Formats: sequence, C-alpha cells, structure tokens
Amino acid sequence: MLKRRHSDAAVVLILIDGVTVEARAGESAAAAVLAHDGGATRTTPVSGAPRAPYCMMGVCFECLMEIDGVANRQGCMVRVAEGMSIRRQQGARALERET
Amino acid sequence: MSARQYDLAIIGAGPAGMAAAHEARNLGLKVCVIDEQDGPGGQIYRDVEHVAMKRAHDLDVLGPDYKYGFGLVDGLRAAGVTHLKGHTVWQIEAAGTVWCSDGEKAKRIDARRILLATGAMERPVPVPGWTLPGVMTAGAAQILMKSAGMVPSGPIAICGSGPLLLLIADQLVRAGANIAVICETTTFGDYLRAAPKLPEAMRGFEYLQKGLAMRRRIKAAGVRIVGGISALRIDGSDRAEGVSFKSGGREHSVAASTVLLHQGVVPNTQASRQLRLDHLWHDTQHYWYPKTGAHGATTLENIFIAGDGAGVFGARAAEASGRLSALQIALSLGRIKEADFDLKAPPWQTELKHHRAVRPLLDALFPPPAEILNPPGDETIVCRCEEITAGDIRKAAGLGAPGPNQLKAFLRAGMGPCQGRMCGLTVTEILAAAHGKPPAAIGAYRIRPPMKPLSLAELADMDVTESEVG
Repeated sequence: MLKRRHSDAAVVLILIDGVTVEARAGESAAAAVLAHDGGATRTTPVSGAPRAPYCMMGVCFECLMEIDGVANRQGCMVRVAEGMSIRRQQGARALERET
Repeated sequence: MSARQYDLAIIGAGPAGMAAAHEARNLGLKVCVIDEQDGPGGQIYRDVEHVAMKRAHDLDVLGPDYKYGFGLVDGLRAAGVTHLKGHTVWQIEAAGTVWCSDGEKAKRIDARRILLATGAMERPVPVPGWTLPGVMTAGAAQILMKSAGMVPSGPIAICGSGPLLLLIADQLVRAGANIAVICETTTFGDYLRAAPKLPEAMRGFEYLQKGLAMRRRIKAAGVRIVGGISALRIDGSDRAEGVSFKSGGREHSVAASTVLLHQGVVPNTQASRQLRLDHLWHDTQHYWYPKTGAHGATTLENIFIAGDGAGVFGARAAEASGRLSALQIALSLGRIKEADFDLKAPPWQTELKHHRAVRPLLDALFPPPAEILNPPGDETIVCRCEEITAGDIRKAAGLGAPGPNQLKAFLRAGMGPCQGRMCGLTVTEILAAAHGKPPAAIGAYRIRPPMKPLSLAELADMDVTESEVG
C-alpha cells in the first residue's frame, strides 16, 4: 500500500474496476492503483497468481491493465486523466469481437 | 527510401540522451529525441521539471543530485530539438530508421545516425516470494516518490546491496517512511576484495563522502541495519508479510508490508540486442554490455551508444559520454573538423574519467551474490511472465537445452510480455552453471522486433506512402 505524502496536486477522478476513486494529476495509472488499495494489478494467465507493479519503469510488465477499454497497457507508463477507466486484468487479455 | 528527416535520432531522454541532444544541436545537427516517458529526465531525473518547479517538499526528500537534472532538462528544452515524448520505439534498423508509436499510431523516423541512450534497469532479484504483491524494486519506490510523491505506508524491508540502495533508504528516511530493516548482502569478503580499488576511487572522493554521509544519516535515524545476510526469502501467501534471512549464523524474520529489492543496475540491452550488436560479459557485475569503440561508436556505422546502456557508470558519466558521442557523430557526418573535435572533447573526457573512477570499487564492493545469480531453490520463479522456476530450467538443461534460445522451445521462458527482460540474465547464469561453462559461452536471448507490444490498430493507422512500403 502506498500513501501520498502531500495532497496539494489537483484531484483527478478515475474509475478503478468501476469504482470512482480520487487520483492526483501527474501520477501513473499503476501508482493510482497502488495508492487505492495496494493490491494486485493483474492475475497471471498461467496460474492466476496475483501480481503487482515490480519496476514502475516499463520493463517488468506486471502492471498490465485494461485502460479505457484497451487491454495489456503498461499502467506505469500512462498518466491518469479525468474519467479514465482502469480495470485490473484477470488472466490473459480477452480478444474483443466486433459483430 | 524516403529522404532522411534528421541528422541524428536519439532514443531516450535520460542524462546521456539529453546531453547528446543539446551538444548535437549546438553543433548544428538536426536532432530528434524519441522517449517513452511523458517528460524528459529518464529514470534518474524522472519528473524533475515538475518537482523542481512545483513540489518543493519532494525536492527536499530527493536531494541536490536529483535537482541537478533540471539543468539538463532546461538545456534540452532550450536546444530546439524535436522531442517525441510518450513514443515507444519498437524497431530499429541499422541503416538509420526508427519505428515507434505514440500509443495510437505507429511512426517512422529516418536519421543519418542513431544514438541509443536507453540506459539501465535494476537487476531482477529472483528470491522465493519475489512475485508477491507488496514486493518491488527499490528503484520502483524511488520512482513513486519522484513521479507521485508516494511512499509505502506500512513497515518496509529493504534488501540487497549497492549505492542506489543506500540513496533510496536515505530518501525514504527523509520522507518519513517506516523502515523496519535494511538487510545487506555485502560480506566482509567483499570489503577485502574491494580494498585494493580504493586508491583509484579516491579520485572520485565526493562519491565516497556522499556514501558515508548517507550511511551515517540512516543509522542516526535509528534504522536497523543487518549486514552479510543470505538465504533471503519473502514470506506471505497472497501478498508480502515480511522477510526471512540468515545472518551471523542465525535465522531472522522481520514483518513488513512492503519489500524493496535491489542488487545494482545493469544495462538495458533490448535495443542493442535487437540490432544484433556484439555483447561482452562483465565478470564482476555479471551483466552484458554492447561492445563499443571511440565515444560510443559500434560495429554498425550509423549506430552509436551512450550512457549506462553501454556499461553502468552512473548519471554524470552518462552525461559526459552523451556529449562525447554527439561530437563523434558530428565528426563522422563531416559537420565538424578533427581540430574542432580535439578542442571540444578533452573537457568531457576528463569529466568522464573523473566520474568513472569510483566504479571499480563499487563493482567489487557490491557484487550480486551467487544465490541471486543462480537461485539454489528449485521452486524459485525465474521467468515471471511464464512462471518458469529455477528447477524447470535446470531440468531442461539436463535434457539438453544448450542455451537461452533453445530453452524457449523447452519451456517458453522469456516468451511472455516482458520478452526476457526479467529472466534473461538469470537464465544465462543457470545454464552456465548447469553446463559448467562461462556465461559468455552460453549467450543470451535473441531479441526481435517489436521490442515492445504494438497493436495491429497502431500499425494499421501508420502514415506511409506506397513507395516507403515497397
């Protein structure tokens, strides 16, 4: 679990798994999830084990999440924006089919 | 082939990339900097612009060496270069083409020379439990301080070794974080092996002074430090609950909700590997680095490498090497004469030598321990993406897998989303031990484009003319 030392940055409202959460301008989607509940950002496709961000710099790929409908985004590389919808990824990302 | 838009494309906006861009622009080159982050600074000076201008309380925590990066960012901003921020490079061609994407559509950048300034990453630390939520690298915690002003809320265990570990612990102390324990893997033997390097390191005396001052401050804050630890493991079933380790012949357990691991940094070789450059093995620090010649020149005429991506020497050395590479590139393009080069290069060569002087001491004092290089427990996960254990790899070696690339066919190791970034070094070490060969003879994963995931939509939306495709 991560905490913000100060709260003077602008509040940005985002959705984490459909729940409205206050994030702060400038922080990454991965940081926002860590500050929200410090839990896993995904479960693995192989065994379903929970995983959380390990490197925060774009090399470990543990923060893969669905962001604004796009699966497999690196949450540490995307800054939060008003209304952003973040979903933790369960197992392998799903292929969407347009009919 | 379309006309080359730029004289120089620089990949990465850390200290090496920013300094090279500034220098090259001053020499009259048309420069494009391509960087994955939303702002310049790389990892070492990440978000320094925001912090220096708007977040004084975080600047106090991060300290003057971090603030120093603001000058480099300023130089980059003033230089008048094209800066493609938020652009991920997924392929580099030796002739001078960089393929990247802004997350929505792919782009092609053509330049007469390419400078790789892709820096370093922390060495992955495969110990039992390292995949649990609550475990991250010490650098990750530092990035959270820099980019989001965040610190772990519960008791923290910091485990491993290296100058960065001390720096981050010092910063966390200043940020008021609750550090339960710092357990260091450095042994008495490491000090003995490092001692002969001390006279040379004295030329970088300020580094030694800073290191001792950090250790003093951490101790003065009452933080428990345990030295010479081994058999580190992280306890917990669904998330980290603490660490256990051996020290002084006894078993210790410390409760912690956040565990920060660190065993030094290693060059990030994805780009140099994708270009099929020759790589050498660093015997003390156990990492690969691309073979470079004068000021970052490589065996490929148009490709140069500056900064920690060519071998780890730290931010200030990276900056000097970036400037020297820019000079070398301008010379190779005929934009400056030998006489200009001979006038402009020596101050940076002196600077480079100064900042490199301390490195042999640090390399000897903080070697990655054997149990991190080749995890003794068969259950320890090595490839995080595909959940392949050290035991799986040893078994495949016994069945005949000679090297990392054959191992892919046996186990899928290195074939997940991180493309071997997390397991590559460990796989090489385990196979080397299993076959009784040196790591250099075992080799590394072959890296193929796209180096980072790219959606078909990003590729399909690319603006290309038919002649470019043909």
